[in-house]
Amino acid sequence: MKNRKTYFHPLLFIKHFFIGLGEYSIFIFQTLKTIRSWNTYFEYSLDQMIKIGVQSVPIVILTSLFSGMVTSVQAAYQFESGLVPTWFVGSIVGESVLLELAPMMTALVMTGRIGATITAELGTMRVTEQIDALESLSFDPIGFLIFPRIFAAVIIFPVLIIIGDFFGILGGLVAAVYSIEDVSVQEFIRGLKEWFRPWDAIFGLIKGVFFGFTITSIACYKGFFINGGAEEVGKATTSTVVVSCVAVVFLDYLLAALLL
Amino acid sequence: MIELQNISKSFLDQNSNKEVLKDINITIKKGECVAIIGKSGIGKSVLLKHIIGLVKPDSGNVLIDGIDINSIRFKDLQKIRSSIGMVFQFGALLDSMSVEENISLALNKLSNLPKNLIADKVSESLKAVNMEDTEKLMPSELSGGMKKRIGIARAIAINPEYLLYDEPTTGLDPITTGKINFLIKKIHNFGNVTSIMVTHELKTVYDVADRVIMLDEKRVIFDDKPSELINSQKLIIQEFIGNNVNKEYND
Repeated sequence: MKNRKTYFHPLLFIKHFFIGLGEYSIFIFQTLKTIRSWNTYFEYSLDQMIKIGVQSVPIVILTSLFSGMVTSVQAAYQFESGLVPTWFVGSIVGESVLLELAPMMTALVMTGRIGATITAELGTMRVTEQIDALESLSFDPIGFLIFPRIFAAVIIFPVLIIIGDFFGILGGLVAAVYSIEDVSVQEFIRGLKEWFRPWDAIFGLIKGVFFGFTITSIACYKGFFINGGAEEVGKATTSTVVVSCVAVVFLDYLLAALLL
Repeated sequence: MIELQNISKSFLDQNSNKEVLKDINITIKKGECVAIIGKSGIGKSVLLKHIIGLVKPDSGNVLIDGIDINSIRFKDLQKIRSSIGMVFQFGALLDSMSVEENISLALNKLSNLPKNLIADKVSESLKAVNMEDTEKLMPSELSGGMKKRIGIARAIAINPEYLLYDEPTTGLDPITTGKINFLIKKIHNFGNVTSIMVTHELKTVYDVADRVIMLDEKRVIFDDKPSELINSQKLIIQEFIGNNVNKEYND
């Protein structure tokens, strides 16, 4: 078998990027058009909410818990100088978790867990003609397959972030009480309240809506338009994770710059 | 009636356009049982998918009962699709749904039947393909032949006027092939449908079809009764039906 050498060509990359962006935009437009018949596909959205939401709760709890804990431990390390009062750790954990850690960690975990699953699922359906079968049975595959997934993610991501917020702060509290001298539960909560602004929590939830939409729409787009066989499903799944991670980080910056 | 008028179709293949079909003209009257044959990769399935609008032609028209399906709104296309049943090569059953859910999916959408009657209709369709008591099974629990039969049950459940089969017997053992051929013939005769099948199984062609269309080099090269295949002077047809293969190898 001949080894085919592939070279990176910047102009070709830019061309493919803009073609992809155009196709993605049309795809999103077609998906948004199916909102008109949302009641037809709502029951499928509930199934997706369970898949995307309920089944992701354990992994969100775990990652948030450890993110909060590591924030506490690192804050304690910074406080060794003695210049900053130790009860500040509650403020640092609270702000970090609400603004960044819970939304970001949830998004990155969900990219791997949900994004990859959606692409592989839809890609396999495309390769095995299940999407064609749906069309032949007079279904609109975008309404049937895409809208419920994106809608479910937009609803469920903020809920997951609330769970992430709670367990992130709880992890921070536990780690603070056990690893920093002179920090009690009351001290930690005092710090938490001192710097708490409701907008920070709301901002995290807004991020959740955008992250949910971005991750699932990229995953759906990559899976829905697969052409070929099992190899393409694997490539598209990898591509979903990479593109979604970059998109989430970019969106994180954009939202911070616009809303904070 | 199905009319394919001047259908041409190309696909992008490694940055170049590969033409698969060129100026194809076929008319299929109601009640006919047509087999489309040809070498692998010649465009038979692509042609079949044009009929239900899954593939759009680069040029030409596809008319179902006089309506050009590529120039109508999506809602109207869905209405036309409800009169066409399609059986896919590997069944194309939805993995996440049981046999019953797969069959009732279209019935729920296209018919106004109450739930109990839909369940009866599912059982009736399964009985027609000799797959009774499989309602609760998942597609992963079915063999290749069973999947094809469930695919047929799903297609006939909506009482279609046209039935399209994409390689209904490919990859099956001779006994299962015989059963599926019998089933297709039975549905065609008693269901009052127009059947179009893509196949390269000659047994299926001779057992089931009353007209055969052969594609080669992007065009229709044969369109007649199956019994006329043997009288064709074209080498490719003789090779296809196995008359010249040994001679060529001996040469």
